[in-house]
Amino acid sequence: MIVDWISGAFLALGAFLSIIGGIGLHRMPDFYCRLHAVGVTDTLCSFLILCGLSFQAGLSLVSAKLFFIFLFLFFTSPTSSFSLGHNAWKWGLNPKGVKEHAPTVKIKVTE
Amino acid sequence: MMHYFSLASLLMILWLLLSGHYNPLMIGFGVVSVLITLLLSHRMRVIDEESHPVHLTGDLFKYWAVLVYKIFQANIDVVLRIIGVRPIEPQLIRIPFPQQDDLSKVIYANSITLTPGSASIEIYPDSVLVHTISKEGAQALIEGELADIFPIQQDEHNGKQS
Amino acid sequence: MNEFLYVISFSILVTMALALARALAGPSVFDRILAVNMFGTKAVLLVAVVAFISGRADVLDIALLYSLLNFVGVVAALRLVERGKFYASVRPRVEVKPGEKP
Repeated sequence: MIVDWISGAFLALGAFLSIIGGIGLHRMPDFYCRLHAVGVTDTLCSFLILCGLSFQAGLSLVSAKLFFIFLFLFFTSPTSSFSLGHNAWKWGLNPKGVKEHAPTVKIKVTE
Repeated sequence: MMHYFSLASLLMILWLLLSGHYNPLMIGFGVVSVLITLLLSHRMRVIDEESHPVHLTGDLFKYWAVLVYKIFQANIDVVLRIIGVRPIEPQLIRIPFPQQDDLSKVIYANSITLTPGSASIEIYPDSVLVHTISKEGAQALIEGELADIFPIQQDEHNGKQS
Repeated sequence: MNEFLYVISFSILVTMALALARALAGPSVFDRILAVNMFGTKAVLLVAVVAFISGRADVLDIALLYSLLNFVGVVAALRLVERGKFYASVRPRVEVKPGEKP
């Protein structure tokens, strides 16, 4: 019974985050900011929904499959979003609303 | 040899978990497919330290644990910015890599992209161009939010790449 | 619990509708590809939830396959934009150094 409540909370939070990401896709001013809104739905939203589902399945082959789905999403999402950003930058799409450009900075480099 | 062994065991675990049938015939099919995959990847010459970083497995798991916490924080921040509680102030910054070999560069740029609120959009030979959604996120990246927890590789592997 | 899963799948469908609206309205081709990428990710989650509603664990394999197909499709579409004459030859390449204003 408690497991049902925990999985319900995870699923509800995940669905809420997915709608927030969808709204962010329309509220953000330009393409590069939309990339961040999609990043929310790719990481925490998919984690919460798949985690809630695997609470219902219990420790079985089904939850192993859910874990693999999560792993694939988690490894492919930065690659596709870097590919999108890199292609847009090379094409010449300039970010809107960038007020100031920070100069190149040096952080400490581990030897 | 170590890399072949790790790839074979990973593929076999994947087969066993995804098939769900444990009679000798299906396991035999699994062994045959793993061997064919190993042969193909040997001929493609893709089995090396870059595709199978077995030498930093332990450090990588520690790094992932911290990274998941950072991703959680960044998610809350971006959600607040989408709702409108905090302002949206896009920034472009250029950050040098903490280490110079290819594998560290890939892991560092990918973790920046994986964190919502910052996305790497261009790779230069010594640095990465990052688009962040807020001034605070840019400042935290400049001060080395991710670079401080980055796993340090041993010298023998560092020398080989460069 | 099943009724609750229907609510979850409906909210995922709302998100997919929002992504489709962005794909139709997007000013640049990259906005459209980004929206389609998000649509595919949400489709994977929807298939996973539907597998639990119908009670068939085999449907999860389709979700697994679709997550890989979605990734390959997005990268292939981007490669088409990069290499081909597909919207990309309209605008000349602008070099912006990160220290300057665009």
